[in-house]
Amino acid sequence: MHLDDLDRRILRQYQADPGLTAAALAERAGLTRAACWRRLEKLQAAGVIRGLRAVIDWRALGYGVEVSLRITLDKSVPTAFERVEARAREIPEVIEIQTFLGRVDLRLSVLARDMADWQRIYRERILTLPHIAEIEALMRVAVIKEDARLPL
Amino acid sequence: MIELDETDRAILRALARDGSLSAGALARRFGMTQPTVWRRVRRLEEAGILAGRRLDLDAAKLGFGVSVFCGIKLATRGRASLEDFERAVTAIPEVQEVHHVLGRYDYRLRIVARDLADFERVLRRRIMTLPAVGDVETNVLLSEERRPGPL
Repeated sequence: MHLDDLDRRILRQYQADPGLTAAALAERAGLTRAACWRRLEKLQAAGVIRGLRAVIDWRALGYGVEVSLRITLDKSVPTAFERVEARAREIPEVIEIQTFLGRVDLRLSVLARDMADWQRIYRERILTLPHIAEIEALMRVAVIKEDARLPL
Repeated sequence: MIELDETDRAILRALARDGSLSAGALARRFGMTQPTVWRRVRRLEEAGILAGRRLDLDAAKLGFGVSVFCGIKLATRGRASLEDFERAVTAIPEVQEVHHVLGRYDYRLRIVARDLADFERVLRRRIMTLPAVGDVETNVLLSEERRPGPL
């Protein structure tokens, strides 16, 4: 789909403030409501806009610990990626699963209530994952920037 | 911290998947009245658990074909280095996430770029020139999945 400057302007305003009503968004983008609506529908139909998601603050839910686990897999097993990913999906505390090209093969973002909880998850769920060659943990100290916005 | 019951968790799960659901739509789904749902959502917002909405865009369709995760070790220690680094790195528009971490690296970054050539430009001109920057490791994202989490 070809995007023009008006589409980009709508998306910039929309991602800056996803709580805007259709009328407020149209006004900020400098369009009539009908024109703004037509463009939003087109962007949705083309899959550019995938949807709105609620942001859950896990700290407010009592999950004070977040660990980024960097995993190198034993690639002599052809199905290593699929099998580890499938097992990681069964761990409720895993909130992100990513695969990479680089030194790291797989990354998991894992939540825990506190260090005792982390120890339990690490020993019972993480260390029991199959095909792991190397595992390295980065413990979150602080979130300095978290902004899913694209530089449109 | 507030106690959540099964209904609160179901509401959170539904909104994490579709944040545009109205109180009316949620009420119909869970067989409750609209004011009851509205009160629950309000309570989750006030407790800071529902922390707003995020627009989920397909980055690749918008011309951002590459995401890279960077681990950065600072070359110098001390609070001044941290503050200088953080101020400079958060100002880079291509940098979407900056986490201060403990481990092999000091910071974990998520960077978006149009393609690998564009990423190289960001890396050379913006990242390698950051104050106090030391060792930098880059891993190019191939696939990503966000999970519902412990709800």
